[in-house]
Amino acid sequence: MAGSGTAHLRAAEDTILRAENLVVEFPVGSTGLKVHAVSDVSIDIKEGETLGLVGESGCGKSTTGRALMQMPRPNSGEVHFEGRDLTKLRGSELRQVRPRMQMIFQDPISSLNPRRKVGDIVAEPLRIWKRGTKEEQRERVRETLEAVGIDPDAAWNRRPHQFSGGQCQRISIARALVLDPRVIICDEPVSALDVSVQAQILNLLHDMKARYGLTLVFIAHDLAVVKNVSDRVAVMYLGKLCEVAPPDDLYSRPAHPYTAALLSSIPVPDPSVRPREEGTLGGEIPSPIAPPSGCRFRTRCPKAQDMCAQVEPKMRQVGLGHYVACHFPLEVEESKKVVPKAAAKPIGGGKARS
Amino acid sequence: MSRKVISSTTKAGAAAASTNLLRVVDLKTYFRTERGTVRAVDGVSFTLDRGKTLGVVGESGSGKTVLSRSIMGLLPKRNVIREGHIYYEGEDIIDYTQDQMRSVWGAEMAMVFQDPMTSLNPVMKIGKQITESLIHHLHMDKHEADETALSLLSSVGIPEPAQRLEEYPHQLSGGMRQRVTIAIALACGPKLLFADEPTTALDVTVQAQILNLLQQQQRERHMAMILVTHDLGVVAGRTDHILVMYGGRVAEFAPTPVLFSDMKAPYTEALLKSIPKIDYPSHTRLEAIPGRPPDLINPPPGCNFAPRCRYAQPRCLKEDPPLMEGPTPGHLYRCWFPVGTPEGQEALARNEAAGATAAATPVSIRPTNVEEL
Repeated sequence: MAGSGTAHLRAAEDTILRAENLVVEFPVGSTGLKVHAVSDVSIDIKEGETLGLVGESGCGKSTTGRALMQMPRPNSGEVHFEGRDLTKLRGSELRQVRPRMQMIFQDPISSLNPRRKVGDIVAEPLRIWKRGTKEEQRERVRETLEAVGIDPDAAWNRRPHQFSGGQCQRISIARALVLDPRVIICDEPVSALDVSVQAQILNLLHDMKARYGLTLVFIAHDLAVVKNVSDRVAVMYLGKLCEVAPPDDLYSRPAHPYTAALLSSIPVPDPSVRPREEGTLGGEIPSPIAPPSGCRFRTRCPKAQDMCAQVEPKMRQVGLGHYVACHFPLEVEESKKVVPKAAAKPIGGGKARS
Repeated sequence: MSRKVISSTTKAGAAAASTNLLRVVDLKTYFRTERGTVRAVDGVSFTLDRGKTLGVVGESGSGKTVLSRSIMGLLPKRNVIREGHIYYEGEDIIDYTQDQMRSVWGAEMAMVFQDPMTSLNPVMKIGKQITESLIHHLHMDKHEADETALSLLSSVGIPEPAQRLEEYPHQLSGGMRQRVTIAIALACGPKLLFADEPTTALDVTVQAQILNLLQQQQRERHMAMILVTHDLGVVAGRTDHILVMYGGRVAEFAPTPVLFSDMKAPYTEALLKSIPKIDYPSHTRLEAIPGRPPDLINPPPGCNFAPRCRYAQPRCLKEDPPLMEGPTPGHLYRCWFPVGTPEGQEALARNEAAGATAAATPVSIRPTNVEEL
């Protein structure tokens, strides 16, 4: 896909964060060429919702997340948050908005200052914003550290290198939470962690979301992780949106050939499912400096026709809350074959979150 | 020459084990550090038959990478203690000198590393990096080596191979670079290929391409492979046996179908349950493993997984379980209260009733499967 359009956006009054026609381009040295990192992407998030942004490296998912934060500012497009267009705000006006939008990064160890103590790292946002007295700040930091499962007494005077990756990610989460934000943008928050620790952090994010009434943008390349945390998933390819849908629909009936290819590439932890050798995506992602004309996925798409090279597909509805930007989306019967089915009985346990 | 060295000196005793390509017996690899001795690999044994694939699975720090480097003799000599036996083609290679190993590397065993960005020489053309080992090991002349390199590159699915031979690594994408490292590893026709997290640095669609390529090459060359990964999903459909490592030791070793259908080690079960699976409904609560991997300098007394285990009983904190045999031949596990046995169920029920294990780790009652909710 490579589609644009705004058919998938919902009524503006229902959403807390809404980005329209975002474009982010980076110049390539002084050659006059540009990297088209994000090209006309529109997304919106309702209060209390988790939006999953998923795609391969270089698809523009992190750049989209950063453009929402205005770092860097998008080249064009609008970002509406709390009724204001952030792209129009300057200096201190924009700064006033920042405490309500926070970010968590991929590498938990390098995102914490190695020379500072944990208590100071988490308290710093409060000091900068002069929230409450010293005593109140201290109390707030203790409470937040406890909420993320770090013992404040033991951790207060220690430095990040004395903690494991999972614990550092908990500290990063505490730092993001301490200002009571409304929206947190999580950029690959569990990709650097081991599977056993990854599950701890995913559960923690879910608990924090319930406890503090958060809205999350969750950026990741792991489709199973995104499915687990999201209320709505947006699939990106080469700077464009392909498909937007509720997770259970997206994974049971992918409509975009790229989503289908992604799903069929996932290894299933079940030896009775033989990995497929056909149907996996061939080729590589084209250069974002000179993206293909029309639909950007056409060069690797098994269904591409002449039309795909000429006309860029627009987002259109194919089901309830399910939108796709493709001229030839998969029919229901086709998409059923895609999804890797594990054995009838799941091996693992787990209960639905209430 | 390498091949001759190994097969002609094969001891009579090893003749019976003719299908065994590799037999590792009680391999220990310790590192001396300022803080103490790190027991990275602590008594690992397994066998690997010709043409078969072994998956080695574990978290970071479980010793899986050190295990493969120790077998290949790629660790430094200083401050490293290696004990045990590594029988390759019946010959114990653990005490081989660097010179002796040089005849094994490349021609008998080869390795594909995790990061294709750093495992290639950035200032050497791709062609040269492939022909280097062909000229050294197989004594080819330059022309013959170039021809072979060209066919290797096309066999690993690199488009326009002739042009690529003249390029440098930075001119290729991550997936293409990993194909080049595979071509280098395959160049001298090794009988055993180590693939250490070969797809961890790659995207999911490229991961599928690379895993399919490895499998296809392995079939065509009748080559054995040791696939090291932290992802049980990667090994499930692509291996014959799986070795689950925890804290430098074998937690469970079994034929792949048996491991998934009749797992005995609580660690294997916990690892599998902590992975979000694509066929679970959205917002399924994951069963995380509490705590963190064990300290390899001062391992806890008793079972090294006990502090994080849902099944842990007082005995687990005192006595270290030995490797025990499962109901299926070739299935080994290390646990006093194995999963799916009456003892295991009783232990779990006791812990659930008490709300905590013998190691004081909280235990919540878990539903038996997702559909019930």
